[in-house]
Amino acid sequence: MINDTLQNRRYVIAIIMSVVIVVYILRLFSIQIIETKYKEGAESNAFLRKTQFPPRGLIYDRNHTLLVYNKPAYDITCIMREIHDLDTLSFCRALNIDKKFFINRIAEIKDRKKNLGYSSYTPQVFMTQLDIEDIATIQQSMYKYPGFFIQNRTLRDYAFPNAAHVLGNIGEVSKRRIENDEYYKPGDYAGRDGIEYTYENTLRGVKGVEILLRDAKGRIKGKYKNGEKDILPIAGENLTLTLDIQLQILGEKLMSGKVGSIVAIEPSTGEILAMVSNPAFNPSILVGRQRSKNYIVLLNDPTKPLMNRATQAQYSPGSSFKPIQALVCQQMGGITEKTIFSCNGPESSPVKCTHHHGSPVSLLNAIEQSCNPYFWNAFRTTIEKDGYGVKNNIFRNNYDVWVDNVKSFGLGEKFTDSDIYEQSRGYIPTQKYYNKVYRSETGWRAITIRSNSIGQGEILATPLQLANAMSVIANMGYYITPHLNKSDSMKTKVHRSKVDEKYFPIVVEGMSRVFEFGTARLSKIEGIDMCGKTGTVQNSRGKDHSIFVGFAPRENPKIAIAVVVENAGFGSTYAAPVFSLLVEQYIKGKIERLELQDRVTNIVTNTNVKER
Amino acid sequence: MSKNVSIKYALDWTTVFFYVALVFMGWISIYGASYEFDQSSIFDWNQRAGKQFVWILTAFVLGGMLLLVDYKMYNFFAYIIYAAIMLLLIVTIFIAPDIKGSRSWLVLGPISFQPAELAKMATALALSKFMSSYNYKLKNWKDLIPLALIVLLPFVLIVLQKETGSALVFAAFLLMFYREGMNGIILLLTLFAVLLFVIVIRFSIIPIQVDQGTLGIVLSMGLILLVQFVYAFFVTKHRKEASFLLLGTLGLTLISIVLNIWFKVNFDYVALFVVIASCIYWIFVELFNRFKKYWMLVLISIGSVVFCFSSDYLFDKVLEPHQQIRIKVLLNMENDLTGAGYNVNQSKIAIGSGGFWGKGFLNGTQTKLNYVPEQDTDFIFCTVGEEHGFWGSTLVLVVYWLLLMRLLRIAERQRETFNRVYAYCVASILFFHLMINVGMVLGIMPVIGIPLPFFSYGGSSLWGFTIMLFILLRLDASRLERMR
Ligand SMILES: [Zn+2]
Repeated sequence: MINDTLQNRRYVIAIIMSVVIVVYILRLFSIQIIETKYKEGAESNAFLRKTQFPPRGLIYDRNHTLLVYNKPAYDITCIMREIHDLDTLSFCRALNIDKKFFINRIAEIKDRKKNLGYSSYTPQVFMTQLDIEDIATIQQSMYKYPGFFIQNRTLRDYAFPNAAHVLGNIGEVSKRRIENDEYYKPGDYAGRDGIEYTYENTLRGVKGVEILLRDAKGRIKGKYKNGEKDILPIAGENLTLTLDIQLQILGEKLMSGKVGSIVAIEPSTGEILAMVSNPAFNPSILVGRQRSKNYIVLLNDPTKPLMNRATQAQYSPGSSFKPIQALVCQQMGGITEKTIFSCNGPESSPVKCTHHHGSPVSLLNAIEQSCNPYFWNAFRTTIEKDGYGVKNNIFRNNYDVWVDNVKSFGLGEKFTDSDIYEQSRGYIPTQKYYNKVYRSETGWRAITIRSNSIGQGEILATPLQLANAMSVIANMGYYITPHLNKSDSMKTKVHRSKVDEKYFPIVVEGMSRVFEFGTARLSKIEGIDMCGKTGTVQNSRGKDHSIFVGFAPRENPKIAIAVVVENAGFGSTYAAPVFSLLVEQYIKGKIERLELQDRVTNIVTNTNVKER
Repeated sequence: MSKNVSIKYALDWTTVFFYVALVFMGWISIYGASYEFDQSSIFDWNQRAGKQFVWILTAFVLGGMLLLVDYKMYNFFAYIIYAAIMLLLIVTIFIAPDIKGSRSWLVLGPISFQPAELAKMATALALSKFMSSYNYKLKNWKDLIPLALIVLLPFVLIVLQKETGSALVFAAFLLMFYREGMNGIILLLTLFAVLLFVIVIRFSIIPIQVDQGTLGIVLSMGLILLVQFVYAFFVTKHRKEASFLLLGTLGLTLISIVLNIWFKVNFDYVALFVVIASCIYWIFVELFNRFKKYWMLVLISIGSVVFCFSSDYLFDKVLEPHQQIRIKVLLNMENDLTGAGYNVNQSKIAIGSGGFWGKGFLNGTQTKLNYVPEQDTDFIFCTVGEEHGFWGSTLVLVVYWLLLMRLLRIAERQRETFNRVYAYCVASILFFHLMINVGMVLGIMPVIGIPLPFFSYGGSSLWGFTIMLFILLRLDASRLERMR
């Protein structure tokens, strides 16, 4: 009998067993289906996502000479969570760093203020841009330092010590750039200046990912799914520049010991053939670990070697502005090619003449002899030609037209459609500006702003703008935005000047005569018909700036150049021979006047300029 | 010859099917767990899956041989088998080499064997024989002592081998005892004791106020009072007395809280006082009303109080540090994921990352990359969870459940007590292993290193469980022979 009641206990036992199994199935459901943290845990456990950095695009000059290429470099990265049992002393010795550096660096990495998006699970850059020699010791013994890894990278290397300002350089990406572009991760490199910056997106390529399997002891056990899910890096695109590296080298050589810049443009295409800014530096000193140290030195140098004077320095163009003035005044009907004005030499008023020549002067002679009174009279008759009107409104309108005409030579604004990163605007003073300065619309007249007539006063231009204005004259009426990338798409950016083609020949003839009878006759080259204009610009700091602008040859111009030598003296003495030698190099392919070349090279106008 | 034919018909092929299914799934999982990326064959003798294949084949042969033995032999030799195995356990303690602190492995050339795996079967046989003996009664104190000795002897020997986990398995016989007439209260009390232990340990670190008692004691005393209330209210239906208990408890609690404004009251002692007062109260109720229903309640209450106040001590002094940590990890008191909590955390990660469908056969990353410890033995269930996901692991649990239900059915159809007791022993042991092992892997049981039956890598456990199961199958098959 008792067995019968006990028999029912099998149901109790069956229920106990069933309940436990149901509870376990529910638990499985919870951790396998509902919770996601375990899946994430598995990801961070087993997958080591190793970034594959693409090789950066190479950079060539216009003749396909290699300028910039890559050399291998290494980063030491670390995953904080995986660092354990670290023998700090031997680690520091292997990397040739001191313990203090190590401690500071680790603290920096962990500091979320300095290191956005820090995570102890992801690789952090511990040291960057090491050479093969730097990591030779540690490479063999890396397994002793769990949590630390070697990451292959590439560094820039340069075939020539030139064109640093054009090329720019590469540095660690800034915090702001990481925030704005999700491509970048802390520790990545990116172009910082010059074309490395402008063409960053094409040069950098696309990063890849290699997914590696890592076991519990941190050993790599091969690729996940045999690399099926890996993303291969895509190499950066190569870039061919418009630069002629030989011309560039010559330009930099001629500028040694001087402060100033050169811009050379091919007028028919807008291609920049050379862009020199001195003082300069060897671009390779801003590569790798020495970068930050050298960068500070350059930054603190009073001669400002980091500044690209060719595009950023702004000067009064002085007499080099006169050809443009001549063109604009003709276009506005203030003068014709036959207009003559009298010149009393240094006694002229209100604008003195700095040269001695006959009077009256024709337009042609005025350009050839750089006659200041002529251009003052031309400017005045142009903007005063219709009188002043009520509240000077007619005068002011004419002044506006003059400004527009001048600006159509590419002056007074940045080339916004250019690929040159660092540019200054220059300045062509507006009516508004004068209204403000002279406190009313009637407070100023032609005579008030007479300095503008000879390119002094408020007018400012960069060497790039001056060279481009020469392109307009060489092309007789238009320019193509100056640029550095030798791609056909850049040649379509044509800008017409407001000055009619018919007004150009007389100016070109005048500029040609500068080499025959004028200020640059000593810089003449046998067999090449050159056109140019000197400028000697007074400035508040020391001696006059020596400027020369021009183009050559006169027929089918191949090169338009602006040369500025700061605080040197007469334009004809310093800037004109530089112009002449550059033309010789570019047109003839070599320098025959070696004596002149040496003489110009050896002129030192600023003893603070250092060779770097 | 005729005997063979009868076995073929009488054998419970359903159980054999579940057995083969589990062994096969286990083998596949071992291959998955020990699979390295340089692919090797599942039959490679140098790999664990290959070795397990050999163990499986020999286990099949062994099982077949056990079926050929006359069923009466198992009954007849039960004590001798038990004695022999106990002797082997004793010998093992002295001659076994120290492997990770455990002295349970007998090493014979290339093969090592764990006699403890056979002890379960031997104990089951001895218990069955004793409990099926003429005029045996479970309620008889004289009979209880040898019964306890039969279970305690292997338990102690295995503890001496430093295999506490395997020794705990002998608690599984409680289920069988229950079926054979043990008072169900003992099962409830066991559950109650575990509950009190967990509460005391879990909340012992939370003070109510500094130096004024801990939440652990107060809660556990509250639980004891709750049991008293439920018993009086629902079982004996003395609702007036039950309500008085409730009011008294609330009153005393309120008074102590009010007093706490002026004095520092130690709430441990308040709770203790309330429980003792309640016990005295029930004794009076008993004496004045002659209910004869409260003696047991008072005894259990007092026992519980003693147990609670000694739990802390037991935990600190009796358990070894690594055992304490395992329990603390389980109770979420310790969160050291690189230390003691590492195994369970990694095990949960491996299973959790499997999702519904799993990562696919041989595609598990966590188990392959050795994140999960003991992944082909105690933590083999992780591989199933990771590679075959929710559906795969549920399938395995369902097969176990079907097997257990089948075994209960087999047990109940036995005419002989010996056979039935033995069947319940087998079902209880398999269930206990499953509960502890899978519970551990899922993080709801403490880490106790015992294998998953038929599944885990290792010849000893596979042989041990196979022998245990096939003796049962042979006994079961005999029920038809008898009828002829
Ligand atoms: Zn003059």
